[in-house]
Amino acid sequence: MTALVEIKHLAKSYKRGEQVVPVLHDITLDIARGDFISLMGPSGSGKSTLLNLIAGIDKPDRGVLRVDGVDITELGEGELADWRASHIGFIFQFYNLMPVLSAFENVELPLQLTNLSRAERRARVALTLGMVGLADRMDHYPNELSGGQQQRVAIARAIVTDPTILVCDEPTGDLDRHSAADVLDMLKRLNADLGKTIIMVTHDAHAAEAARRMVHLEKGELSGGEG
Amino acid sequence: MFYLKLILKNVFRAKLRTGLTLAGLVIAVMAFGLLQTVVDAWFAGANASSNARMITRNAISLVFPMPAYYRERIKAIPAVKSVSHSQWFGGIYKEPKNFFPQFAVDHENYFEMFPEFLFKPEELLAFKRDRQGAVVGRKLADQFGWKVGDTVPIRGTIFPGEWQFTIRAIYDGRDEVALTRQFYFHWDYINEWLKKRFPRRADQIGVFNIEVSDPTRTAEVARAIDAEFKNSLAETLTETEKAFQLGFVAQMETIVLAIRVVSFVVIFIIMAVVANTMAMTARERIVEYATLKALGFSPRFVAGLVFGEAMMLSLIGAGLGILLTFPVAAGFADSPAGAIFAAFKVNGMTVWMQWACAIVVGLVAALVPGWRSARIRIVEGLRHVG
Repeated sequence: MTALVEIKHLAKSYKRGEQVVPVLHDITLDIARGDFISLMGPSGSGKSTLLNLIAGIDKPDRGVLRVDGVDITELGEGELADWRASHIGFIFQFYNLMPVLSAFENVELPLQLTNLSRAERRARVALTLGMVGLADRMDHYPNELSGGQQQRVAIARAIVTDPTILVCDEPTGDLDRHSAADVLDMLKRLNADLGKTIIMVTHDAHAAEAARRMVHLEKGELSGGEG
Repeated sequence: MFYLKLILKNVFRAKLRTGLTLAGLVIAVMAFGLLQTVVDAWFAGANASSNARMITRNAISLVFPMPAYYRERIKAIPAVKSVSHSQWFGGIYKEPKNFFPQFAVDHENYFEMFPEFLFKPEELLAFKRDRQGAVVGRKLADQFGWKVGDTVPIRGTIFPGEWQFTIRAIYDGRDEVALTRQFYFHWDYINEWLKKRFPRRADQIGVFNIEVSDPTRTAEVARAIDAEFKNSLAETLTETEKAFQLGFVAQMETIVLAIRVVSFVVIFIIMAVVANTMAMTARERIVEYATLKALGFSPRFVAGLVFGEAMMLSLIGAGLGILLTFPVAAGFADSPAGAIFAAFKVNGMTVWMQWACAIVVGLVAALVPGWRSARIRIVEGLRHVG
């Protein structure tokens, strides 16, 4: 597999008042196209920061971060927003759905940034909601859905634009065991059947086993992985 | 379309807060409209004045009269077409709260100068023939339920005593600004009474009403009249009817200014209320705005949501406030308090100002929260706990 994500000597720190707090030190990592990796590590290890950098919602202090051949550290804010819209699908721990929009409208949201016609958007949303098993819930609002259903809507929203990478930040962290298994199963199928590259941050060792590869972070440094 | 739908759904998301903010907006916009209408109404009398009519009064003050014989000397001045006269009566009908202007006038020709008062000829004739007859405007007659033939008792203050008048004519206004809350009767009626009770006060006139043959010559006529009575016992001040009316307004200038200031203070207060609402709204939606930005929506889109919501809130409030202004203004106009104004009507400029204020309120209220929402860092926004 060719490397989709190339990370070289990546470093990131945050300022807390006058104090500079280093979070990531000299990270070098390749993620292959079609891979499914889980980033694991204790709180404060820098796994979410690494995920945010790969997703283009944060900027590193130094280092190279190339996704599909594009050095995203060189992109301006507007270019980065366009890049995210077409390359990244987000799945958050607390779903982050728009409460005033129905399941259908939430999934349609990223398509508003494309040139697709209304009919094309509707067809694609219906197909995607069907894929996550929510064809009969498309008119429901988030507060009318269970946690598992909401996360499935979020997955549909993440894949509806056919992004290059799915970034998942604790996608099962707010779900019961049964719903978590459903979501993990869905992610595995997206990876296996559609070849989606998935990068998942998780605390849960059981969830991490769903991935093809685990990457451990410890105090901002890679501490090893297993295939 | 999607944008509008999202804004509309967001506006009515926190129903109680939106409802209370809207209620405040409605009241503020309505209050602004009413206060502006009060200011307009203050000037309405002056604006309704004729260019061809002039007023001559005592140069010292309106409260000092002039000898009645001035009339013939004024009439002899070139370009003076006709002269009439009137006297403020200042009586009380039943209770002081029932205020309306009462004038003792020259019954023979006074109304010929006022073509904006529309009479039934037979009623006007009946008035002229009855020394105790009175003429009332339509609004005044409607206010007290008077009809032709009714007797109206008025307690005099400047001219003490109980006065009885018989309504002989009710006139309509030619247009909405014509004064139809007035009460007129024969000057001869009080003058005869004065001759008996206070002879030294008899044959005195409050103001002379003058009609000129050429409205472009009013300045010349005014100078000629005032020169005619220079160094006399009662020197005169002659001015156009409009200047005379504006003189009254000028006396109340501070009040008018205060009303104007208060109307804008009301708008400023509601601006702070809407800004507070928008600040709370934006703070609660930080995670949503961060999510939208993560999905690829631009900072401008996020700012647009905040501005759109503030504008929609303001415009809905303004629309309802403006709609409410009309019936409330009409109710005020029909009330005894409205009797002091010649015309109390919401005009087009006031409505435009109400809309303009709503737009300014929306824009200003959204300025800081919109800017902050657009500038929010995605990572921090996603971590935010609302």
